[in-house]
Amino acid sequence: MPKREDIQSVMVIGSGPIVIGQAAEFDYSGTQACRVLKEEGVRVILVNSNPATIMTDPEMADATYIEPIDCAILERIVAKERPDALLPTLGGQTALNAAEELGRTGVLDKYGVELIGASLDAIDRGEDRQLFKQVVEAAGAESARSRIAHSLEEADAVAAELGYPLVVRPSFTMGGLGSGIAHDEGELHRIAGAGIHYSPTDEVLLEEGIEGWKEYELELMRDRLDNVVVVCPIENVDPVGVHTGDSVTVAPVFTLTDREYQKLRDIGIAIIRGVGVDTGGCNIQFAVNPETGRVIVIEMNPRVSRSSALASKATGFPIAKIATKLALGYTLDEIVNDITRSTPASFEPAIDYVVTKVPRFAFEKFPGADDTLTTSMKSVGEAMALGGSFQESLGKAMRSIDKRGLGFSWDGARPDHREVDELLEAMRRPTEGRYLQIQRAFWGGAGVDEVFLATGIDRWFLEQINAINHLAMEVREADFLDDDLLRRAKRAGLSDLQIAHLRGMGDRGETVIRELRWNYQIRPVYKTVDTCAAEFDAVTPYYYSTYAEESELKPRRREAVIILGSGPNRIGQGVEFDYTCVHAVQELGRDYDTIMVNCNPETVSTDYDMSDRLYFEPLTFEDVLEIYRAELRMGPVKGVIVQLGGQTPLSLAARLKQAGVPILGTSPESIDLAENRELFGQVLKREGLNAPRYGTAMSLDEARDAAHNIGYPVLVRPSYVLGGRGMEIVYDDGQLGGYVERALRQARADTVVSGRLPSPLLIDKFLQDAIEIDVDALYDGNELYIGGIMEHVEEAGVHSGDASCTLPPSTLSDDQIDRLRQATRAIADGCGVRGLINVQFAFMANTLYVIEANPRASRTVPFASKATGTALAKAAARIMVGESVADQRARGLLLPDSDGGASRPGQPVAVKEAVLPFKRFRTPVGQSVDVLLGPEMRSTGEVMGFDRDFPHAFAKGQLAAYAGGLPTSGRAFLSVNDADKRQLPMIASRLHELGFTICATQGTASVLKRYGIDVDLVGKISDGDGREGADRTAGRPGRNAVELIEDGSIDMVLNSPSSRDSRSDGYLIRAAAVAADLPQFTTVTQFAAVLMAIEAVKSGDYQVVSIQERARRLFAYEHAEG
Amino acid sequence: MYAGDAYGALGQTQGEIVFSTGMTGYQETLTDPSYDRQIVVQTFPHIGDTGINGEDGESGRVWVAGYVVREPSPTVSNWRSDGSLDGLLVDQGIVGISHMDTRRLVRHLRSAGAMRAGIFSGAALQAENGRPLTTGELLETVRRTPRMEGSHLTGEVSATQAYTLEPSGDFEGSAPVCTVAAVDLGLKAMTPRLLAERGCRVHVLPVTTTLEDIRSLHPDGVFFSNGPGDPGTADREVDLVRGCLDAGLPLFGICLGNQLLGRALGFGTYKLKFGHRGINQPVKDLTSGRVEVTAHNHGFAVDAPLGGPVPAPYGGGRYGRVRVSHVDLNDDVVEGLECIDIPAFSVQYHPEAAAGPHDAIHLFDRFVGLMKGSREDEAHA
Repeated sequence: MPKREDIQSVMVIGSGPIVIGQAAEFDYSGTQACRVLKEEGVRVILVNSNPATIMTDPEMADATYIEPIDCAILERIVAKERPDALLPTLGGQTALNAAEELGRTGVLDKYGVELIGASLDAIDRGEDRQLFKQVVEAAGAESARSRIAHSLEEADAVAAELGYPLVVRPSFTMGGLGSGIAHDEGELHRIAGAGIHYSPTDEVLLEEGIEGWKEYELELMRDRLDNVVVVCPIENVDPVGVHTGDSVTVAPVFTLTDREYQKLRDIGIAIIRGVGVDTGGCNIQFAVNPETGRVIVIEMNPRVSRSSALASKATGFPIAKIATKLALGYTLDEIVNDITRSTPASFEPAIDYVVTKVPRFAFEKFPGADDTLTTSMKSVGEAMALGGSFQESLGKAMRSIDKRGLGFSWDGARPDHREVDELLEAMRRPTEGRYLQIQRAFWGGAGVDEVFLATGIDRWFLEQINAINHLAMEVREADFLDDDLLRRAKRAGLSDLQIAHLRGMGDRGETVIRELRWNYQIRPVYKTVDTCAAEFDAVTPYYYSTYAEESELKPRRREAVIILGSGPNRIGQGVEFDYTCVHAVQELGRDYDTIMVNCNPETVSTDYDMSDRLYFEPLTFEDVLEIYRAELRMGPVKGVIVQLGGQTPLSLAARLKQAGVPILGTSPESIDLAENRELFGQVLKREGLNAPRYGTAMSLDEARDAAHNIGYPVLVRPSYVLGGRGMEIVYDDGQLGGYVERALRQARADTVVSGRLPSPLLIDKFLQDAIEIDVDALYDGNELYIGGIMEHVEEAGVHSGDASCTLPPSTLSDDQIDRLRQATRAIADGCGVRGLINVQFAFMANTLYVIEANPRASRTVPFASKATGTALAKAAARIMVGESVADQRARGLLLPDSDGGASRPGQPVAVKEAVLPFKRFRTPVGQSVDVLLGPEMRSTGEVMGFDRDFPHAFAKGQLAAYAGGLPTSGRAFLSVNDADKRQLPMIASRLHELGFTICATQGTASVLKRYGIDVDLVGKISDGDGREGADRTAGRPGRNAVELIEDGSIDMVLNSPSSRDSRSDGYLIRAAAVAADLPQFTTVTQFAAVLMAIEAVKSGDYQVVSIQERARRLFAYEHAEG
Repeated sequence: MYAGDAYGALGQTQGEIVFSTGMTGYQETLTDPSYDRQIVVQTFPHIGDTGINGEDGESGRVWVAGYVVREPSPTVSNWRSDGSLDGLLVDQGIVGISHMDTRRLVRHLRSAGAMRAGIFSGAALQAENGRPLTTGELLETVRRTPRMEGSHLTGEVSATQAYTLEPSGDFEGSAPVCTVAAVDLGLKAMTPRLLAERGCRVHVLPVTTTLEDIRSLHPDGVFFSNGPGDPGTADREVDLVRGCLDAGLPLFGICLGNQLLGRALGFGTYKLKFGHRGINQPVKDLTSGRVEVTAHNHGFAVDAPLGGPVPAPYGGGRYGRVRVSHVDLNDDVVEGLECIDIPAFSVQYHPEAAAGPHDAIHLFDRFVGLMKGSREDEAHA
């Protein structure tokens, strides 16, 4: 059945900013969808607020709207573009919810837009708990026994009936947001209360606890002739109770027989039919009782998902691409499997390797947050590895995580009985470190059964980990590392570094082990991911390494460029770096064979048809060096690009160069000039530039001396961050003492000698009330091209990744811009940059300070590129292989005459807004973690607001980042610290003019009253229950700020903190606002921006313009000027 | 020559070496009589994880001649398991090899085709005087193994005594809906069970059965099972199929049964380069246009023309018209035949699955429908 001819144009909705539970995988799926639609000759209209995506590149769609995914804005786009159809299944829950709303509000009917991929009914049946339960029953399967509750009273009644533990799941949320397991009434009230709030339909499902059962997922696809295939089964190593996004997972299934697996498959097929997904894919999760085999269907997602991205990368079956074709009317048998190019997509992949996915967490960024893994997802990224065995793939996946201290380790003393008991006790609570605890318990002599009882992890996986442990022991104790033993160690997934440690040689022994290994001719071979277990020849060069006999690499003719990706997403190193890598692949692919190395299954870069060759491999020195050596045997290699994938590849540069690998672009020596404080200080001095003063300290006395020398306030941070506290701004000796004391307490006891820390604290001058600026630039050794100058909205001190910023800068003078340009050039030249550089500056009292320079792509490169209509990363890749800035102007990758630092009359303003994950993190007693912005980056993603001026663009940024955006009326809670009080009257009177009523606690209220501004006084929380000190004029007399927030009588919170103390009112108010999802701002500069933005929202006159149109205008202007 | 670790029993074995791509279902594979005289390579590396159990065997013993696995499981984990795979192989004297680059071997078989091979371990690597045997000597042993082409093996695997399955499941204790004579050419246990669960009384008959034996049972239909060997040698069985067709008995064949029907209708059979063995093969039902994901285990195929119905070549139109009803979308191999003028059909793949997906299980209903329809026709006649 061929493609439908009645669909000429399709609107695709992306997933918006990267948040926990909805990450780069939707850039991968959306990009695939756009490519398919374009190939099929369909006009593509794309909406996504996230500029750091490949899908929002201008060539991916005919009209790309980097606009908030908001119903009103979507309607304007629909009205303007009049698409024939809307494809909502590739942009995660965000797109599905938006489509649902467009359907419910009649927009789709009004403009005659057909929903393709999934109907509204199917979305409802898949997502509505009650309807889905009926589908499961009709499929002859079981759901967990459950009841719906809309209130805590109803929840209590359910608990009385079903007993504890109860699993709480809110309807229509993603990534398990708001869900959890309640073991008693207190937990039930907390979790269900939040769940009811998060659910757009104010309902939660309460169901019987199935914690500890085995968990499986199936990825299915169905076409309009009702053909169904299961693309991939996935087994969760962590049993039910840990969200699948936070579990270690493997593919295919390991601990089910065929009969048991086919039962899941039968149920899955019956469900996809029952739900009515008729042209697309879905993911279904199952629990299997490990004692009886009883199967319970947990849930389904009638769309592509994180798991489908994983399944696609695991098997080579591109689910999003095929889902798009199915939505256009093709049937599975009409779609060619593009890996074999001879067989159809209507089959089920057979794999002959093992896939392991390991999640990556960021708890160290959220001090105080409960790090227990639950049914609510908390990981920020993941790494996948393929290997010839479970052991090999687990070892590779664990080292792909790229975080010190998490891999299997036999360092230190062998755990004694007491420690083993402690480990067994600790591992009952699932955490990020559980697998290390398991391994160390085995090392200390724990039995598989003991570990099974503590964790519920299937014995099969535990036996495998135990076997790795036994082999490690053999390696450790052998008199001599012979050929056979070393080979077995490599096959079990141990890295050269781990083996070096086992042999007591430390980090430096890695080289010795590698040389020994090479002497024995023990080298990895590279096998192909081919969807069919070698049954047919594979055309697509998608490789993984394994220690076996035959390599399948093929010789090349063209010179190759190897591009190192960024590994698992983490806070500070996310999708932006995948974006820049993909650009290098796209651009250099014109003249070179591009070879991509990465281990993140969520990304576009690991789509097997992006690069000429894809290595799905860990980004460690060992793995990269082996790939380089293997590729060198296949044909010429020009070199390796390390500056596009963030810090992970950059940190390999020096060692790779030492090992003889040519590094393209900025040399490792130049990288060191920028990264090494002392050397960078010399560069600045030579160029006559200022840096904030700094010092280092190992003890409290030294810290005090340094701080006095520099002058308070100072920024303090450890030079080596591991799971502990990060940076803090310190204003006096008392706070400094507290910081050092905590650092000493957190350092391992055996590493602290007479009050001295094992590694130094870094102490910097903190630039108070300074304007911070990010500059991205390209340098070819001769010409500097400013990619963008971005002025932070928040004052200096907020991490540049968390700050909102504006391009062009909103308050900088031409003179200041000129000084930034000259300083950037001096630094780029002084360090010897070839390619991209990012410099962070601050103006304090019009003195320019250089905060730091990163000789690599920064996270703002995609934002600056989109805002200026240029392709900075592509140009950078060209410069790295030896071309000039002028060449890139000529190619059209950069503006022909000016650059991104130039300002033009009538130029629209782009605002980048960060999205923060505070909702996901709670303290062990269930309170939200503090939301204050500081020098430690904590945002997971970003959005771009693009409009005629700053207020409109900022308002759009808010709308894109937070559902609903800014309020235009209602009641604002206002509270500022003493330093900010002078600005208070202006802010408050403006709020009044805009029609808000204001409420405040005593301190703020008395200032306002002195200025004659009406204010409702609310009680302090510390006044006991708050009833005593309350003013009669408050809406509900006697209620304190937290209670008012909780009962919905406050619409916005403006709170600049006076204390970080977790017992303070400020903290409790901020926590309550997070829980209630209120717009909340914590710096006074934000308040001013917010006021202007509210005015813009009220005017309702957003410009909704595609980026293609904006670029046409920009280039037209440039040509007219030139 | 591939080196690995000994697995299962020590000793030596020879046979045709083939690969199976199923990621689950090793117990069913090992006990499938169609694998008689074949050394099976598993493409999925981990085998044996769930051990073995008393329910999933497709016959009473392991039939493979040898077993090649990359990572045999050192442990067993499954609630239904009552033994280890390794133990089963040792008990039944099945020689295997492990910890070798199985993908390399499979790629070789894919390009060179299925071939004769041997596995040698322990004392089998030595001559009687303790001297290690040379590669040449081992190869000579392999070369003395008969080829699969020309092998007639059904006699090795068939039941020697007839037995009967009564209606079961929903039909337990009911009078039979239909009576089926099932000729065991290497029958998998799941097949008669599925018929019984549809209300059939199933008489499983040895391969030596005659047409008279079948007729004496007054069956509503006759079933020809899967089985090992070269269908080109099965002349006696082909005659039996023709006898059944001539008798007007509704007929259903699976795998070898499909090849027998093909030959009976006058088509040839041929050997595939490396065969279809796995549980992920896309088969298109040319009648409905639907695609089924199916279990396969065949090294031979029927040589019949794709496209519209043609007169059955055998017997001058005696069997009317026949069409290819199913085709494998990977390589266009004939996967099913349907007689248009007489009540007979067959498929090359395994609707009984075990191991594999249940997409084609409806074919058993179709057979029951065919038998019922045929009986009603007779009643009306």
